[in-house]
Amino acid sequence: MAVQDAVPGIAKPADGLLKVEKLGKAYAAARPVFADVSFSLDRGEFVCIIGHSGCGKTTILNVLAGLDTASAGNVFMDGREVLGPSLDRGVVFQSHALMPWLTVRQNIAFAVKSRWPDWSAGEITLHVEKFVALVGLSHAIDKKPSQLSGGMKQRVGIARAFSIQPKMLLLDEPFGALDALTRGTIQDELMGIVRETQQTVFMITHDVDEAILLSDRILLMTNGAETASGYKPGGITEVVVNPLPRQRTRATLHHLEGYYELRNHIVDFLVSRAKVH
Amino acid sequence: MNESRTLNFRAAIVSVVILLVFLGGWYAATSAPGKAGATAGMTAEQIEYARMMGKDPGAEKATGFPTLGQMGKTVWHHLQNPFYDNGPNDKGVAIQLGYSLLRVALGFGLACLVAIPLGFVVGMSPLLRRALDPFIQVLKPISPLAWMPLALYTIKDSSVSGIFVIFICSVWPMLVNTAFGVSAVKKDWLNVAATLEVSPLRKAWQVILPAAAPTILTGMRISMGIAWLVIVAAEMLVGGTGIGYFVWNEWNNLSLTNVIFAVLVIGVVGMLLDMVLGQLQKMVTYVD
Repeated sequence: MAVQDAVPGIAKPADGLLKVEKLGKAYAAARPVFADVSFSLDRGEFVCIIGHSGCGKTTILNVLAGLDTASAGNVFMDGREVLGPSLDRGVVFQSHALMPWLTVRQNIAFAVKSRWPDWSAGEITLHVEKFVALVGLSHAIDKKPSQLSGGMKQRVGIARAFSIQPKMLLLDEPFGALDALTRGTIQDELMGIVRETQQTVFMITHDVDEAILLSDRILLMTNGAETASGYKPGGITEVVVNPLPRQRTRATLHHLEGYYELRNHIVDFLVSRAKVH
Repeated sequence: MNESRTLNFRAAIVSVVILLVFLGGWYAATSAPGKAGATAGMTAEQIEYARMMGKDPGAEKATGFPTLGQMGKTVWHHLQNPFYDNGPNDKGVAIQLGYSLLRVALGFGLACLVAIPLGFVVGMSPLLRRALDPFIQVLKPISPLAWMPLALYTIKDSSVSGIFVIFICSVWPMLVNTAFGVSAVKKDWLNVAATLEVSPLRKAWQVILPAAAPTILTGMRISMGIAWLVIVAAEMLVGGTGIGYFVWNEWNNLSLTNVIFAVLVIGVVGMLLDMVLGQLQKMVTYVD
């Protein structure tokens, strides 16, 4: 199992799609929530970030999405600084964020129209139906969100994000509100779509098995805390590279060699090391 | 489904019973004593004297609260011929209603045109909201009748004054509700619009407006109720035409049956106006 320690302050010297350099966020000047967060994402990579509540994972994602600003540091995508939201960075929110007065079809068409405003109605319909089929909801395409289950709504959110074909997809604990059974099914679907589309993905999750199933790399984040030598802000202590073969399935995941080592390492981190940077 | 049907049926029966009890009470309270009873115990000279004083004891009660029978006759008479026009003091009920509804349409329409865009702007700008708040709070509680003198003095035309008073009284609920609805749009949806790089105009039309629509329509419904209240009061004061004027005119003629009939008409039309807006509201309501 390969483990890279991310040295605070030095970004990985790769010509990645996304480069995050020394990101920090502070609500009170002397006690930043996190500081010196640096990592990068290559095209086609699936990266998960794991950590306890309050460490700042959602804030990092919001900064990447352009919905929030950092107190320190920079984010670069394709060489250009990220200053606000963009169609290049699609987001799947934790609560599906579907517009309840629109049907599934209209919700996704709204996104497609935002991306390609010059398309004709026929082109839009074709594109929408393709992505609805991708998440297996063709039978519910003309229903309103209130008529769908939680899992279905989240699938629509995923279809909407994929339909604009962004350079990078940001997922904020997309399956946190779902039951375990539905979660498993959607994880499989997401993995299939990502492999097929070669989508670059950055995902926040609490679920260790989910991270091991889906990601190529896992970022482990600690919370800010008081230590003997004063307040230490949170940050990324470790970057774990997933050694398991890329073609894996949820059903046989736990049989793969190296699985338990990886899992134990992450759980150990969450249980004992996550509190202090 | 069955449960709600039986509930509706039972409610209808109770409504009918309440109506019958009320009509029964009316009948009992207005049954006049007989002619003979009125003149009983009076000598011929006393009866002649009473007649000279204008209190003819033998005649049918022309004043006093109308009986059910008289009421029914009036209702039938009005419904039979609602569109007649015999001059400025004698027009059919439907024509008077038409004048009132026209004024309401103009005043309410004008109020919509002002309140909804202004409410939109106020809802989106916390600065404007706080700046305009004291003005709104002071102007909101002013009664329509208090506006009338100012309106008549400056506008001079009584009909236009009536429309202005409707406008100035029905604009506030729509303004306040629109501002509230717009400011309370869920952040999630605004974030979605932001990540999709939606232009401000498209965001206003396709995200904020549909999201705030139920609240805006609630404001419109309240405003419509107020507008209808106001027009009746304004017309009573100003006169000329309209259902409010009809009430006041018939009151001056001491024709209580006509007054009661007009009051009923006002109530029914108010209910119908509210029903129309209620339907509109249902159309824009969504389940989150």
